[in-house]
Amino acid sequence: MSVKLALLALLEQQPMHGYQLRAEFEQRTGATWPLNVGQVYQTLSRLQRDGLVAETGVDGPVDAAGQHRVIYRPTEAGRAEVTAWFASPVARSQPPRDELAIKLALAVTVPGVDVAAVIQRQRSATMAALQDYTRLKQSAGTADSAELAWSLVLDALVFDAEAEIRWLDHCEARVRRAGAERRTQLAPPAATPSDQADRADETPETTPSTAARPGAGTAR
Amino acid sequence: MMSGPGDGAVLALDAVTRVHGQGATEVHALRDVSLTAMPGELVAVMGPSGSGKSTLLTLAGGLDTPTTGAVLVEGQDLATMGIKERARLRRAFIGYVFQDFNLIPALTAAENVALPGELDGRRPRAAHAAALSALEEVGIADLADRFPDQMSGGQQQRVAIARAVVGERRLILADEPTGALDTQTGEDILRLLRSRCDQGAAGVMVTHEARHAAWADRVVFLRDGVVVDQTGPEPVERLLAADGQR
Repeated sequence: MSVKLALLALLEQQPMHGYQLRAEFEQRTGATWPLNVGQVYQTLSRLQRDGLVAETGVDGPVDAAGQHRVIYRPTEAGRAEVTAWFASPVARSQPPRDELAIKLALAVTVPGVDVAAVIQRQRSATMAALQDYTRLKQSAGTADSAELAWSLVLDALVFDAEAEIRWLDHCEARVRRAGAERRTQLAPPAATPSDQADRADETPETTPSTAARPGAGTAR
Repeated sequence: MMSGPGDGAVLALDAVTRVHGQGATEVHALRDVSLTAMPGELVAVMGPSGSGKSTLLTLAGGLDTPTTGAVLVEGQDLATMGIKERARLRRAFIGYVFQDFNLIPALTAAENVALPGELDGRRPRAAHAAALSALEEVGIADLADRFPDQMSGGQQQRVAIARAVVGERRLILADEPTGALDTQTGEDILRLLRSRCDQGAAGVMVTHEARHAAWADRVVFLRDGVVVDQTGPEPVERLLAADGQR
C-alpha cells in the first residue's frame, strides 16, 4: 500500500503537518493500518526530496525537541502524482505471499495432517473476525464523508473475510471429493451396500466458487 | 425435567438425531445435535447443502420429530404435546421467515400478517391492529393494503418478517432469509432480525453466506448432520456479562 500517495492525496485537501496527517489518515481508515509519526515524517522528507511536497510554514510554538511543526503542501508535480494515482487501477501483477494458501498447499501434501481440521479452525477464526467487523459496521455511521470512508474500509474487510471463508468451503468440498474419488479407485469392483451408503453421504459441492482468492483484498 | 445448558433457553435441541429411511438406505440427517438459543440471541447455522441445516430448522419449529433426543421450546418438550397443541404453539410462539417469503398472494400485507392471529382465534380487529403495529416495526406501515405482487422482494420479505414477529412470538426461525435479495436489501433484513433479537426474541437463521451469518451472536457449523464447531461466547458467559447485553 502506498502510504506516500495516500499522504500526498490528504495534503491536496489542505496543507498539514505530520501529526495532522497521521490523524486524518487514521480517521478515514478507522486506524485499520496504524501509522507512526516517524513513518509519516520519513515519508514527508522523501516526498520533499522528490519535489512532490514543499514546506509552507510552521504551526504553533516550538515543541519539546525545540522544533516547529513544519506544514507541507503538495507541489504541481505532487498534484499530478495524485491525479495519476486516482486515474489508474491498483496493480495485481504479483500475487502477494499468502500464508493461508501456502499452509493449505502444504497441508494437502504433507502426510498425517488433518486437512479438514486445518480448514475448520481457520473458518471459525475468520468467521469470528467477520462477526467483529459486522458489529463495528452496525455501529458505524455514514453521516459525513469520513464516516462513510471508515464504513467502506470495513466493507473491504468484510468482503475479504467472506472471500476467504468461501475459498475455505471450496477447498473443503474439493478435498472431500478428491478423497472420495481415491476411495472409489481403491475399492474392489463389486461395491458393497455400505460403500454405496458412504457415497450417498458425500455432500455435493454447492458453495459458489467465485472467491477471487489470489491477492483478495491485499492489493489495497 | 431436563437441567443443564438448555435452562432458560427459548429453544433447546438436546442430543437430537434424525434418521430417514431404514437399513441400507438409512441416512442420518442429524446426529446427536445439541443447540440452544437464549432470549436475545441470534444463532446462525452454516453448512453446505445436505449438511442437515433445513432438517434442524424443521425440527426446531415442530414440523418434524426427532428419531431420538428432544426439542424443547421454552422448556416444553414438543414430543409430549398433542398435534393441536403443537400447532397452537407454532402459531402463537414461533415465527418463520423463508427465502421465497411464502406470502399468500390473494391477501394484502396486513391480512398476511394478521392471519396467524386470526387462525389462533383472535378477533379480526385485534389481529389487524397487531399486524399494523408489526408492519410499522419493519418500516412499511404505508404498504399495509398492497398485495404481494405489488411489492418488491425486499418489501415482501419485510412483510414476512412482520408476520414472523407479530404478537408474542419469542422464537424466530429463518431459512436463508436474504437469499433472494440484493446485498443492501439483505442487510436491511438482517438488521431487522438482529434488532428483534436485541429486543429479547431468540433467533435461529440457516444460511450458507458467511457475511450474513456474521450478524449472529454465534455461528454453528454443520457437516453431515454433525455440529463440528461454533464461534462466539458460550451462553453462560453471555448471561454472566455485566451489562446483560450480547
